Amino acid sequence: MVPLASCRKAGEPATFLREHRERKSEGTEPVRFMDRPAFGRLLAELARRGYAVIGPTLRGGAIVLDHVEGLEDLPRGLGSRHGPGVYSLLRRDDDRLFGQAPGPDSAKRFLFPPRERLATVSRPGGRLTVDRAADGEPPRYAFVGLRACDLQAVLIQDRVFLGGPYRDEPYEARRDGAFFLAANCTDPGQTCFCTSTGTGPWCRAGFDVAVTEIDGGMVAEVGTAEGREVLDAAGAREASPDEIAASDRAVRQAADRIDRRPDLRGIGEVLYRNAGNPVWDEIAERCLACGNCTAVCPTCFCHDVVDTASITGQEAERSREWASCFSEEFTHVAGGSPIRASGASRYRQWLTHKFASWRDQFGVPGCVGCGRCVTWCPAGIDILEVLAAIRARDGERDHDERHRTAVR
Amino acid sequence: MSAAIAMERLEPAPERPPADVGLPLRVATIRRVVPETPDTSTYWLTLADPAERARFRFEPGQFDMLTVPGVGESAISISSDPAHPERLAHTVRAVGRVTRALGALGSGDRIGLRGPFGRPWPMAEAEGGDLLIVAGGLGLAPVRPAIFRAMRARDRYRRVVVLIGARGPEHLLFGGEFDGWGQWMRDRELEVALSVDVPTDDWPYGVGVVTTLFDGARIEPQRTTALVCGPEIMMCFAAHDLVVRGMSPDRIHVCIERNMQCGVRLCGHCQLGPLFVCSDGPVFPFGEVVDHLEAGR
Ligand SMILES: Cc1cc2nc3c(=O)[nH]c(=O)nc-3n(C[C@H](O)[C@H](O)[C@H](O)COP(=O)(O)OP(=O)(O)OC[C@H]3O[C@@H](n4cnc5c(N)ncnc54)[C@H](O)[C@@H]3O)c2cc1C
Ligand code: SF4
Ligand code: SF4
Repeated sequence: MVPLASCRKAGEPATFLREHRERKSEGTEPVRFMDRPAFGRLLAELARRGYAVIGPTLRGGAIVLDHVEGLEDLPRGLGSRHGPGVYSLLRRDDDRLFGQAPGPDSAKRFLFPPRERLATVSRPGGRLTVDRAADGEPPRYAFVGLRACDLQAVLIQDRVFLGGPYRDEPYEARRDGAFFLAANCTDPGQTCFCTSTGTGPWCRAGFDVAVTEIDGGMVAEVGTAEGREVLDAAGAREASPDEIAASDRAVRQAADRIDRRPDLRGIGEVLYRNAGNPVWDEIAERCLACGNCTAVCPTCFCHDVVDTASITGQEAERSREWASCFSEEFTHVAGGSPIRASGASRYRQWLTHKFASWRDQFGVPGCVGCGRCVTWCPAGIDILEVLAAIRARDGERDHDERHRTAVR
Repeated sequence: MSAAIAMERLEPAPERPPADVGLPLRVATIRRVVPETPDTSTYWLTLADPAERARFRFEPGQFDMLTVPGVGESAISISSDPAHPERLAHTVRAVGRVTRALGALGSGDRIGLRGPFGRPWPMAEAEGGDLLIVAGGLGLAPVRPAIFRAMRARDRYRRVVVLIGARGPEHLLFGGEFDGWGQWMRDRELEVALSVDVPTDDWPYGVGVVTTLFDGARIEPQRTTALVCGPEIMMCFAAHDLVVRGMSPDRIHVCIERNMQCGVRLCGHCQLGPLFVCSDGPVFPFGEVVDHLEAGR
């Protein structure tokens, strides 16, 4: 196998994810190639294996993730333009399937759905009984075209849901059954910064198959035995040295095109020591507290647990729903004001969690550089600008010390 | 900075951690409801399943998640004697949906219980020295198991000093049993002092916030471990006062309250800086949390 170049060029400043995990060259595993029909057969093979195939598809002017039946459901010849609060699709002059940067959806919406039932409580004849939610077999998803950042986001959510003292079984069931056909990124968006977080554009781990789209087809790398079987079934042939070189070039060019290069060195410490920085107030004046950023973020995991009763009161359901740290209720405590009552404290919590406390909690930062929170912020707030402002004004304090509410 | 990123899927731990999302929600029967103050009652519970009841153990300072079916779930500290885990007291102030719904239930009614959760009071660490227990208002409930534990292992500690504050005599928890309980404490050489903000005419004890009792408590900072529980502002004042008296912030332990939806480190609501209050706490050495509290995180 041809080892791909590191996405970081020598001499570039070290990023906060210092070491990039290089793919191991196994020597014997050939790189494959699929033309369009073979790729179609691959999708069919996944369906034949009982997977619900999830991939990018066009819905209402955006590329979302949804069930795809075959090639015709994938976006063809569509590119995307991204900016703070700006997203649009554009026609490309080719017929690439993966020619856009990721849309608002990520695997999170499937592995950790926005709302899910956890248990049912009933009291037949007054006796309380509890049932594990039995919504049948957990779905087995095959994700098609997931980019490197989103693959890393899954690995991060694994740490959240499976790496702690309590294992999240519903997540685990879906996660264990999932197949990942990842795509190395060839067309990053203008808000992407995965080269700085060390999470892309190459897929480095966690995939069954990783493809790179080039003219005429897909160059495919095998990640697991099942990935190999699926490629075999699709009739993927061995790739030529030229095809491999072209795929390598395509991703390297993508990496070079990513021009957002935030200085993330020591950013966690910078954020921790700037809890009282006036920048937070300035951003809060623009922030609508809509929670879009937390919803589109592929790693955000906070949720509410909600109980609802049936009309008769004989049955109750426990569900969980995505929650956002931007809402006031998030830190509600009965009989008092919320812990984070100000918009500034809530914005600070989100960014400090992503780049500082997340790392302390899970060993890696909570940001994979996908840029979604920038693109889908209606106020056009750019987290990289906020980080830069905090760094530039390191040590400035709010004069009225509004944040040192200390003791609520 | 962060460890080198190794983003492959984590190997499952050799001993798989418990699965605990929503379940196991055990069924508990309310045996007795004891009114404590105008808005607070103690609910005595037993687990409905005899095997579960026999297995259940808890440490002083730990809490349960109590479910009123169809209404919701709340974090409530266990307030009874850890030597008798087969009957569990939870002392609850009715302030919102779940806690008021609980108030409508009575003996024989069944509720859901998950737990016990959280880091307990450092009872073993405190052995050999003095134990200073400071409780404000409802904060007496979470430290009550620590008082029981100290009474039952009285010879492991030197002095055991219990300082209790409340808004007024009618807000004093366990008041009904207090004279008996207070006598019980004194018999076991526990030093107890009480203070209320607003006394009645016949109130025989101290007046003022609970920290006013510190002067009379003859605290020896070098040999004391403090367990402080009450409203956050009271805990911060008390802890700062004890630091000024020469105690190390790491030997002053406080019990932090935050919104909790799951109790098992998954819902994200209880974060305090990098800490999850539900499982890194709720009991923390003051030194571990003071910066986060002051940053308003
Ligand atoms: C570790 C810990 C121990 C506690 N021990 C006790 C105790 O011994 N006795 C007691 O009376 N109270 C205790 N509390 C506070 C108690 O959990 C809240 O008063 C209770 O959750 C309020 O719920 P509610 O539905 O009645 O109020 P609502 O205002 O209707 O709250 C709605 C929801 O918000 C959440 N919530 C609200 N307030 C709190 C809060 N203060 N802490 C956590 N979640 C909250 C709950 O999920 C609740 O279901 C403790 C809290 C924590 C975190
Ligand atoms: S914080 Fe923003 S850029 Fe980072 S992973 Fe989340 S959505 Fe993507
Ligand atoms: S930063 Fe933007 S997306 Fe996030 S809550 Fe504020 S306005 Fe909404």
